[in-house]
Amino acid sequence: MSVAPKREDYDVVVIGAGPAGLAAAATSAEAGLSTLLLDENIGPGGQVFRAISSTPVTNRNQLGADYWIGADLVQSLRASSAEVIHRATVWSLDRNLDIAVSICGASAFVRAKRVILATGALERPFPIPGWTLPGVMTAGAAQTMLKSSALVPDGRTVIAGQGPLLWLLAAQILRLGGRIDRILDTTTRGNYFAALPHAFAFLSSPYFAKGLSMMREVKAKVQVVSGVTELAAFGDGQLANVSYVAGGKRETIPADLLLLHQGVVPNVNLAMAAGIEHRWDDLQLCWSPVLDGSGNSSVAGIAIAGDGAGIGGANAAIVRGRIAARAAVEALAPAAAAKLAPMATLRADLAKAERGRVFLDTLFRPAPQFRIPSGDTVVCRCEEVTAKDVLDSVAIGATGPNQLKAYRRTGMGPCQGRLCGLTVTELMAQARGKTPQEIGYYRLRAPVKPITLAELAAVPKSEDDVKAVVRG
Amino acid sequence: MTKNVDAIVIGGGIHGCSTTLHLCLAGVKPVLIEKDYAGRHASGVNAGGVRQLARHIPEIPLSIRSMGIWEKINDLLDDDCSFESHGQVLVAENEDELAVCRARVAELNGLGFTHEELIDAAELRRLVPAVAETCPGGVVSRRDGAANPAQTTTAFRRKAQQLGATVREGVAASNIRHRDGLWHVEAGSESFAAPVLVNAAGAWAGKIAADLGEPVPVETVAPMLMITSRVPHFIDPVVILRGRKLSFKQFKNGTVLIGGGHLATPYQDRNETVLDWKSLATSAQTVFELFPVMRSAAIVRAWAGIEAKMKDDIPVFGPSSRHKGLYHQFGFSLHGFQLGPGAGAVMAELIVNGGTQTRVSDLGIDRFHPSRL
Repeated sequence: MSVAPKREDYDVVVIGAGPAGLAAAATSAEAGLSTLLLDENIGPGGQVFRAISSTPVTNRNQLGADYWIGADLVQSLRASSAEVIHRATVWSLDRNLDIAVSICGASAFVRAKRVILATGALERPFPIPGWTLPGVMTAGAAQTMLKSSALVPDGRTVIAGQGPLLWLLAAQILRLGGRIDRILDTTTRGNYFAALPHAFAFLSSPYFAKGLSMMREVKAKVQVVSGVTELAAFGDGQLANVSYVAGGKRETIPADLLLLHQGVVPNVNLAMAAGIEHRWDDLQLCWSPVLDGSGNSSVAGIAIAGDGAGIGGANAAIVRGRIAARAAVEALAPAAAAKLAPMATLRADLAKAERGRVFLDTLFRPAPQFRIPSGDTVVCRCEEVTAKDVLDSVAIGATGPNQLKAYRRTGMGPCQGRLCGLTVTELMAQARGKTPQEIGYYRLRAPVKPITLAELAAVPKSEDDVKAVVRG
Repeated sequence: MTKNVDAIVIGGGIHGCSTTLHLCLAGVKPVLIEKDYAGRHASGVNAGGVRQLARHIPEIPLSIRSMGIWEKINDLLDDDCSFESHGQVLVAENEDELAVCRARVAELNGLGFTHEELIDAAELRRLVPAVAETCPGGVVSRRDGAANPAQTTTAFRRKAQQLGATVREGVAASNIRHRDGLWHVEAGSESFAAPVLVNAAGAWAGKIAADLGEPVPVETVAPMLMITSRVPHFIDPVVILRGRKLSFKQFKNGTVLIGGGHLATPYQDRNETVLDWKSLATSAQTVFELFPVMRSAAIVRAWAGIEAKMKDDIPVFGPSSRHKGLYHQFGFSLHGFQLGPGAGAVMAELIVNGGTQTRVSDLGIDRFHPSRL
């Protein structure tokens, strides 16, 4: 592993070393293309295989067999000629395929003939009353601590929300000896019926048996309340209570930690900043890039693989990574493509990996009251803007997220709307009686992650710029 | 069916919105047609400088007129536009630059303009304590300041609408033609007709002028800006440098805006710009040298707005030299924001009264095309 990129130009630059990125980089390098894999974390694995080569958890059952698939992917990557740089934050990508990356506090620019974005997913915002209190965190953050440091909660812990990852996290916490007092399942009852027509495909998917046994394992040890229709966190500067309504009955329980999760959505930040076209996905309730069958986006030369292409899970991500890499090889070194798995085989693999996804998407489609807040509930954390503030601005003429900035500074703080974007879009869509597609999204811009002024000042500049003295 | 109105304004930037508002105030019923939304491009995303300082002499009267409106902007718009007046300071980094400043102020004084004032090192240090010790002085324009551009442009649009203007956003003006003494313009499924047409379409205005037989030397540019994370308050006035491309402004919330005119690549047809980080790095380096307090601040966002820049760097403002009822208001060349309120007022005077007391005759399109009217 090197510190700075060895070259200025690469055939393929892969961004993100989760399942899709690991598979894409290995495939591209095996075919002989000069390949650079840039990843933000300290080691390979992304979120799902986080700390795969360094986790202190040695009992394989505790994190589950699926987790260890990551080790094989890392193995094939390391056997390839791909250059891999960790702690490398890509903060700019544009339609010329110019990439700016920050590595250990120093920025470098590289250029690629093809870019494969494998930046994965983010947790969907869960803006309930009190979600910004200390003591309320996302399940994903808890899982990060669990995988990288084997840390599990020991205070009074409540997990609320829905989705496969929620059950996986609960199982992992319990196996590592952590404490869970109650699970509040927010899955909408009607979703079970809506999902039924897709159940057959799911029954034959690999997720079915695993999911069922995991839920059984958790339910044996923790009180699970299903059909939760309202949820709020209370406390004076710190979480003290969680209040919920299930079956029309309100209950309030004391808690030190509330873990929230209602699924994941594509991490679109870098892709949108690069100018890639996205569409609103009405089933997954998020923005997804417009892609062709090989993962190619609307910007020539940039492909997207993994959950960033639309949520599909780790197995689909691996195949999508291979497909995008194969397409890059076909474009840049057609002769070398012959030694890779044929596209038809890969597409068949993908169909198999995606089987059952519609069932999961339909079943775990979050209810409106958990996505679209009201009243004093905070929407934009950076600028402390509430749902009511947003609605007031709509009433006097704000038409979309970008226009809203002129009224309320939403999305203009340190996170630049990356945390509140979906909430703002859906809230404004509801208020204006439009679809999220019509309302649109924040225009995201580089730097996709902040860099210091000192770091930017230190990058190499062209002679012309240094000499320029004309002020506009 | 064609809707008859008194005037059609094309372009919902600060200029189009301001002219629309001032037409309403004069009792005229205008329609404003904007292909995206008001303030989508340069007017909504510029540095927000409200600057009389360092302007080209032909546009100084318009700038002074505008300043008077800025100082009472809340009365006009029922919105403070986040306008703050802490002055703007032009910093000379050495004696040669200071000599240029001295000559400039003398020239302005000779013409009767007194808004620019030469300052020595001590006054510079008093106004901008954080500036490097080596700077020998500069020029200050004390009434200048800054405002929030998106908020301002939106406020103009909103007030114009309240006063009766018809506003169409998200539809491009097309099929512009003059027939039977009226200007006809289509906007989506609607069509409008009026005796007056104002071309305030920013980066898109040059094409409209050319299509109407008045081509001008204009290009599309996209000046870049960056905003930082919050840092402790250390500077009040807007600072610009005499010798290097830099403008610098700290907002009340602590964030710092860094600009100066380095250009991105515009992709006008796609409403997109691609940033040039190596040029932005030059700006970062200048700030790094001049303001050590900024070194650990984070760059949170960088962007660029698409606008029109004239070859001679001054706007095209006033009646067409070829068509009756056509007025141009574009090409503000990276310094149009401050002029917006005044230009709208003057344009309404030109349209309604046929003349104005504010000297704008050097800005006309007749500098490229001798009048045929």
